[in-house]
Amino acid sequence: MSLFNIFDISATSMEAQSVRLNTTASNLSNANNVSSSIDQTYRARHPVFSAELDRATANMNDSAAVGVKVVGVVESDKPLLIEYNPNHPMADDKGYIYKPNVNVVEEMANMISASRSYETGIQIADAAKKMMSRTLRLGQGT
Amino acid sequence: MAISLDKAFGIHPDALALRMKRSEVLSSNIANADTPGYKAKDFDFQAALSGAKKQYTSSMTRTHEKHMSVTSSIDSSLQFRTPSQPDTGDGNTVELQQERMEFLKNQLGYNASIQFLTGRIKGIKNALKGGQG
Repeated sequence: MSLFNIFDISATSMEAQSVRLNTTASNLSNANNVSSSIDQTYRARHPVFSAELDRATANMNDSAAVGVKVVGVVESDKPLLIEYNPNHPMADDKGYIYKPNVNVVEEMANMISASRSYETGIQIADAAKKMMSRTLRLGQGT
Repeated sequence: MAISLDKAFGIHPDALALRMKRSEVLSSNIANADTPGYKAKDFDFQAALSGAKKQYTSSMTRTHEKHMSVTSSIDSSLQFRTPSQPDTGDGNTVELQQERMEFLKNQLGYNASIQFLTGRIKGIKNALKGGQG
């Protein structure tokens, strides 16, 4: 029954969005980390979404509807913020400190988008539940 | 006159099956609203229903075991939705507000089909009981 698939699809969507929320939380909490070398500096992380292809190829009948898959989490290539601050306790030999390439405004927007999409996933699952329970009660009490 | 159960329910079981299928497609669109490159899909409900109706009316009985059985499946060929706004750069064509509305409308249509079926069941029960009790 197709209605059962909606639960799976919503679940993959909610899972993907929670990964997105997790990386956003990680980025925001590490936004102010300061380090003394490029290698140790935190870099912004972003999940990569893709439509769940394996189900589409495995069963052609189900190719109509696909869930979301988190392919991986990538680190941002944006240049780090390098600041000349010789008085900072973390400054390296040349007097530079390195700050993460996290864009706080971008992360906040991401967070709002992710939480809205998560809510939408719940609402869709709830709608499917209602439709299903109506089907189960079909013909009762007539 | 015998009561044929498949005919008694008319088009509504087919409509219900299509509504289910469509709700799945729409939920997939909504779930992939943030997936880069995903193209929103949908099928023409009217065309699919007329395909289902055709299958419903042209039911043939096999009179010989070597005859081929004719079953025309429901025409639910998926099409891509034409986006009303230009691409934002990630190749995704899901317009969340439109998909939500379509899902809502589909859900109401589903409820309506259920309601019609309930009415039919009520009618059959009434006929079987001959109006008693």
